[in-house]
Amino acid sequence: MSAFNAIGEEREIDRDEFTPGVEPQPTWCPGCGDFGVLKSLKQALPEVGKTPEEVLTVTGIGCSGKLNSYLDTYGFHTIHGRSLPVARAAKLANTDLEVIAAGGDGDGYGIGGNHFIHTARENHDMTYIVFNNEIFGLTKGQTSPTSPKGHKSKTQPSGSAKTPLRPLSLSLNAGASYIARTAAVNPNQAKEIIAEAIEHDGFAHVDFLTQCPTWNKDARQYVPYIDVQESDDYDFDVTDRREAAEMMYETEDVLNEGTVLTGRYYVDEDRPSYQEEKAAVGELPEQPLAERYFDEDAEWERSYDLLERHT
Amino acid sequence: MSDELIWRIAGGSGDGIDSTSQNFAKALMRSGLDVFTHRHYPSRIRGGHTYVEIRAADREVQSRGDGYNFLLSLGDSFARNPQEEAYYGNEEIKPLSENLDDLREGGIIVYDEGLVSEEDVEAIDLEARAEENDWHVFPMDLRGLAREHGREVMRNTAGVGVTAALLDMDLEHIEDLMSDAMGGDVLEANLEILHEAYETTREEYEFEHELRAPEGSHETEQALLSGSNAIAYGAIDAGCRFIAGYPMTPWTDVFTILAQNFPDMGGVSEQVEDEIAAAALALGASHAGAKAMSGSSGGGFALMSEPLGLAEMTETPLVLVESMRAGPSTGMPTKPEQGDLEFVLYTSQGDSSRVVFAPSSIEEAYEQTRLAFEIAWDYQLPAIVIYDQKLSGENKNVDVEFFDREPEPDLGATLTEDELAEAAHDASGKFKRFNYEDAENNVAPRSLPGQKGGRYLATGNEHSPVGHISEDPDNRVAQMTRRIEKLDSIRAELDEEHDSNQTYFGDETADYGIITWGSSHGAVNEAVERLNENGHSVKGVSVSDMMPFPEAEMTEFLESVDEAMVVEMNATAQFRGLIQKELGRYGEKMTSLLKYNGNPFEPAEIVEGYEVNVADEDRQPTAQVRIEPAAGD
Repeated sequence: MSAFNAIGEEREIDRDEFTPGVEPQPTWCPGCGDFGVLKSLKQALPEVGKTPEEVLTVTGIGCSGKLNSYLDTYGFHTIHGRSLPVARAAKLANTDLEVIAAGGDGDGYGIGGNHFIHTARENHDMTYIVFNNEIFGLTKGQTSPTSPKGHKSKTQPSGSAKTPLRPLSLSLNAGASYIARTAAVNPNQAKEIIAEAIEHDGFAHVDFLTQCPTWNKDARQYVPYIDVQESDDYDFDVTDRREAAEMMYETEDVLNEGTVLTGRYYVDEDRPSYQEEKAAVGELPEQPLAERYFDEDAEWERSYDLLERHT
Repeated sequence: MSDELIWRIAGGSGDGIDSTSQNFAKALMRSGLDVFTHRHYPSRIRGGHTYVEIRAADREVQSRGDGYNFLLSLGDSFARNPQEEAYYGNEEIKPLSENLDDLREGGIIVYDEGLVSEEDVEAIDLEARAEENDWHVFPMDLRGLAREHGREVMRNTAGVGVTAALLDMDLEHIEDLMSDAMGGDVLEANLEILHEAYETTREEYEFEHELRAPEGSHETEQALLSGSNAIAYGAIDAGCRFIAGYPMTPWTDVFTILAQNFPDMGGVSEQVEDEIAAAALALGASHAGAKAMSGSSGGGFALMSEPLGLAEMTETPLVLVESMRAGPSTGMPTKPEQGDLEFVLYTSQGDSSRVVFAPSSIEEAYEQTRLAFEIAWDYQLPAIVIYDQKLSGENKNVDVEFFDREPEPDLGATLTEDELAEAAHDASGKFKRFNYEDAENNVAPRSLPGQKGGRYLATGNEHSPVGHISEDPDNRVAQMTRRIEKLDSIRAELDEEHDSNQTYFGDETADYGIITWGSSHGAVNEAVERLNENGHSVKGVSVSDMMPFPEAEMTEFLESVDEAMVVEMNATAQFRGLIQKELGRYGEKMTSLLKYNGNPFEPAEIVEGYEVNVADEDRQPTAQVRIEPAAGD
């Protein structure tokens, strides 16, 4: 029996359980795409059978970082760019937890880029949602790593000379085993993708286009959108790295021309998660580490038994 | 028989100096002596002048000595540029030439004439210097001997054989240790070389030197451990089973020891992309319920400032270790210094609430690491163990029974689900994780993700009792005050319920005090002993509690003396500054003796510092140290 009774509990789950009963209500601007992420999580979590107290939502800093203020699970609102190392360690310490990390494009692709690359590379069993609005919102509209070339802002007054980062391609090359892009304006697809990402065993990366009506109002509403799986114009195999890479590249290119492509881009169900790999080499205990501290029968090794090598 | 042996084995990095010295130190320990080792090495992969010193005596030794009395100079097989004018100079002769200044009168020199040319030896005037200092010189073809019976790399064994012969040591313990470490042909060849070297030395030379291995005995079994071993073992016995890190000298030792032991102990070790991630992982694992740690040396610790501050704000228990080396920046990677004190005390934005211990010996490294875990989990804050390259790498014998105690995996102020059901919640059912009302010792117990009835938000923003982001002034003051006042509660606990972490020595009635901290303790202790034997009256204290500062103890100590000298390995008297800041006075009583040349203090340097300060104010010390006068002087 688990020392963590909320984990694995079988019961009916109401999506309202994920809405805090009292304040705070979201402080996002009216029309903000972030509501779309919140809504899709509230729909997806009960659908995949997760209760609020077996989920840990870890966020970074930015408008997106407020997600776990409004999603009633266990939450850790960390610091700018550092949600991933906190989240993946929580999963290693208690492999039974459902761990979801979230942050913005500056948080995940800029300041936290190194963590993004390595968490994807290692294929940690978790979900990572990047609220991609192609701008810094909370600090009032500066150019971000995904802002299009030529983007003018107070910190790039002549227009950015930088080509935007390619989040999907980066994720694929780094090693993520589930990669999708969805948009707040496409709630049905968003819910399905989030549910798939949570159920995926490995690092599931969702680049979530979240329009910013306040700081990016001229540019982006992400409509109309095209689902690459449903459109007859696109045909590629999501399990084939090469085809996925080409589709991602095109998707990233055309976004700046106004064509919004979304959908699943890469799904590798065969690759073992990091947790499985680590267990296979004998470096991850079978019983979740966090459980052991509550196990009255646990025998704790002591240094006294290691001294032979020193005598 | 001699009072003490200080054996120095010198050669190039990569020549196996470290493992040879480790086994020889163990052999001396097994023969009944107390031993203490000091490792000096360059930040270089292969070659460069490196040595290990083993001090052995029939009494407790806790410091390097003044100089040394036996040199085993092996060749440097990776020596470069054998020309005088080259940047590194003639490296082939360095294992001999670089070590002569510290060799005591009457000392012994064994060098490998198979690797060093006669001209080179002549060029450094060895003969004249030997005569002047009454050194006994034994050139031996160690390389040739090794080649004849085995392989060239076994010349270290030949050197040990010669050493044992000259010191009239029994070979038994050395043979046992070799048999433990190797087998088959390799063992056979090594044993042959050992005996051949031993016999040849006895046959070829008449011994005119007086130095012999001291004799001693231990009443209980001893273990030879480093400060890094002790820190790692303290963590294991505190129930730590999660470590995340990134390699950096000298911190890597602790990381390696735990990474190697954890798989057999159900623990988790993670080598990650950088030190921000390392500390963030430890934080995340702790948040989820594991006893977790991370660590680094100065440069890597700088990256940990962010997660460190987050641990303070979210009141997440965490242990970090910081293994200091000479700075600033990359500094001198393999040299000790105590220059990161202020950095570790204050890094990260805002007012800090952390505990910092600076152990001063192998035993304290174990005790205070355990204590750091206990305090961190009881009070939900980061506890840092700060030490340095010296303590990290030095080995000392410790009574095996010292480690015979119960492990303590307790999670401190963490609630069970039954307790959570009884705890305070808000109207929506969120657990009041940061409840400042009724917080005993300023601690609000926590829940863990996955527990029923425990959900809350941890956040680096200021927050309400359930963790909601809050800028309400009343809440802010209540939370901030509670967080920083945890340190007062900890100070009270340390004063009332624990033995003092400070170590006192010397003449209790003295009106002159020497104050030190961390790894300089051993040398200061020996200097104080020597001063008192020489008719002075001096008392000493070695301080380990950096934060919360032992205000009462230090006030009492400073009140009891007219003058004090603060000894530390940095250039700006950081610990003296801390005393003045914490106590708000005594600046005019305290002079500093500072050393920052990359080598730890020798006792004689401290004795000299005292003499210059007290008796002979016009004179400057001859050692490479600096005296920083008291305030107003």
